[in-house]
Amino acid sequence: MADAPPLLRVRDLRTRFTTDAGTVRAVDGVSLTLRRGETLCVLGESGSGKSVTGFSIMNLIPAPPGEIVGGSVLFAGRDLLALPEAEMQTIRGNDIAMIFQEPLSALNPVYSVGEQIAEAIRRHRGGTRRAARARAVEMLATVGIPEPARRARDYPHELSGGMRQRVMIATARACRPKLLIADEPTTALDVTIQAQILDLIRRLQRDTGLAVLFVTHDVGVAAEIADRIVVMYAGQVVEEAPAEALLADPKMPYTQGLLKSVPTPGEDGRLPMIPGQVPDPLRPPAGCAFAPRCPHADADCGAAPVALEDIGGRLVRCRRWRAIAGAAGREAAA
Amino acid sequence: MTAPLLAVRGLGKEFALRDGPFGRVTGTVKAVQDVSFDIRRGEVVGLVGESGSGKTTTGRAILRLTDPTAGSVRFDGIDVTALPRRDLRALRRRMQIVFQDPFDSLNARMTAAETVGEALTIHGLARGRARRDRIADLLARVGLPPAVMDRHPRAFSGGQRQRIGIARALAVEPDFIVADEPVSALDLSIQAQIVNLLIDLKQDLGLTLLFISHDLAVVEHISDRILVMYLGRIVEAAPARRLFAAPRHPYTRALLSAAPGVKTAARRERIILKGEIPSPIDPPSGCVFRTRCPIATPACAARVPPLTGTADGHAVACLQQTSE
Repeated sequence: MADAPPLLRVRDLRTRFTTDAGTVRAVDGVSLTLRRGETLCVLGESGSGKSVTGFSIMNLIPAPPGEIVGGSVLFAGRDLLALPEAEMQTIRGNDIAMIFQEPLSALNPVYSVGEQIAEAIRRHRGGTRRAARARAVEMLATVGIPEPARRARDYPHELSGGMRQRVMIATARACRPKLLIADEPTTALDVTIQAQILDLIRRLQRDTGLAVLFVTHDVGVAAEIADRIVVMYAGQVVEEAPAEALLADPKMPYTQGLLKSVPTPGEDGRLPMIPGQVPDPLRPPAGCAFAPRCPHADADCGAAPVALEDIGGRLVRCRRWRAIAGAAGREAAA
Repeated sequence: MTAPLLAVRGLGKEFALRDGPFGRVTGTVKAVQDVSFDIRRGEVVGLVGESGSGKTTTGRAILRLTDPTAGSVRFDGIDVTALPRRDLRALRRRMQIVFQDPFDSLNARMTAAETVGEALTIHGLARGRARRDRIADLLARVGLPPAVMDRHPRAFSGGQRQRIGIARALAVEPDFIVADEPVSALDLSIQAQIVNLLIDLKQDLGLTLLFISHDLAVVEHISDRILVMYLGRIVEAAPARRLFAAPRHPYTRALLSAAPGVKTAARRERIILKGEIPSPIDPPSGCVFRTRCPIATPACAARVPPLTGTADGHAVACLQQTSE
């Protein structure tokens, strides 16, 4: 299995935005791989570059002010960044679908949701209008929309946030994509509705063998849905590992701090926290971007860039991870 | 037993829905219905609920930022609901609010010092040199150096803006603060900083706080007692630890189970509720939760279950739980 070529291989992706105040390296050398049927979570806080990574993979960076300045995105053997826009349009929707935090912005307000799904089906699969409409209703049923034939005639604004997200997933599913890029799809939803949508994405994946690139800021959601987790900070990958290993034994101090600051049900009192704030994207530090907030940093950490190190099935960007793990081990043993 | 600082009784808020060219009333949104609870001096009470639960409206009605349509709010013996508008200013000195969005709630043209100092001026609390010293003290209290005094909101991060919002609320030395989703717009690492700040302020200043949030885990960290709201009504009330150890209302159980947590995420069995929150324009008869409830019976449609408490301060509004 491990020898099967990955569905998606992103190498050294670099995306920057030019503003009046200067240039921001939003994505600064990101590499990812994603296999068929796998869910990879890209976890990060505001400004980490996680969403820009997703949009860069789709080649949907608005230029100007954005520009993909380096790297490659190999999808089923083809470099998406080198494709003409016409070919890329065929891939979007057919092979790769994308869902967003606010589905209202992605749905057309003047067409019913049934028409929109049918249109997507006809565009990507052909067939008659009538067959596409029937299939659209079928799709709405598979994503758990009650009375699908009636709901198909509703306009986007007539549906709740959770229902709109189901419509987006139905549209994505209708075209049988191989890869779904989900950018914070549950962030705007209430927690009981979020649980429904995560369950839906999981079932969709089990039934169709879809690969999912799931972008989120929410550690709990990542824990819920990921096979592997990539943690981003200030435009770079700082840690990558299988989900269980990353959650149980994070190596990078930023990941450690982030996991500790999640409030745990059943506990009260002060929360462990990361002091300070993310660096100014216009003036990134010379060395490790997390060094100014890191409890373990020494003078050398801030001096020169730190490489992402392969430590056996997982990656970590930290000069001192061995010393930190050793000290934690001694503390636990004492 | 001393009287509670805040006593809310039978609080209700309905909004008229208007439509058509003459603004004819076509219905009412029952945002809050028959909400009663007390807050003792020095206590932090968490108010938890999803969209449409009425938690924000409850907080605003307590402060008379919106006028309730039923019930009463007594604050330190004063009937807030009966107070003439002109007397509200004196009340606002004692009751403050911190908002969710630190980007919208600060005036972009005012410096940090002006924002924090405005209330001091309005209430005539300090002038000149004393005023500037007091502002510096307040900013230090929320973890901001004096150097930030003359900066405008755009120069601050989300977490820093929320600190300014808290300093503004503290300026008048209020007895009571409503914090409405104060950390929801913040990144996780910053959220922890602000929760810790509020915990420190509670300990140092003996703040009495109503902490409104959709996030049960955050609420538990800061609250002594928690109220759970659903579709305008309180469905469960309990000491914070107890609510997590032994939730009794089926909605609370589902909410706890649905909240993704890292340490509990071993792909456990979850309770996934069917359907969505019904419209508050036409809430279900009887128990408002019955349309999504896994244990509802036909009896649940017949009457509104009363919030029934036990001696340990744990109250639940559920026929199935109280008839056992």
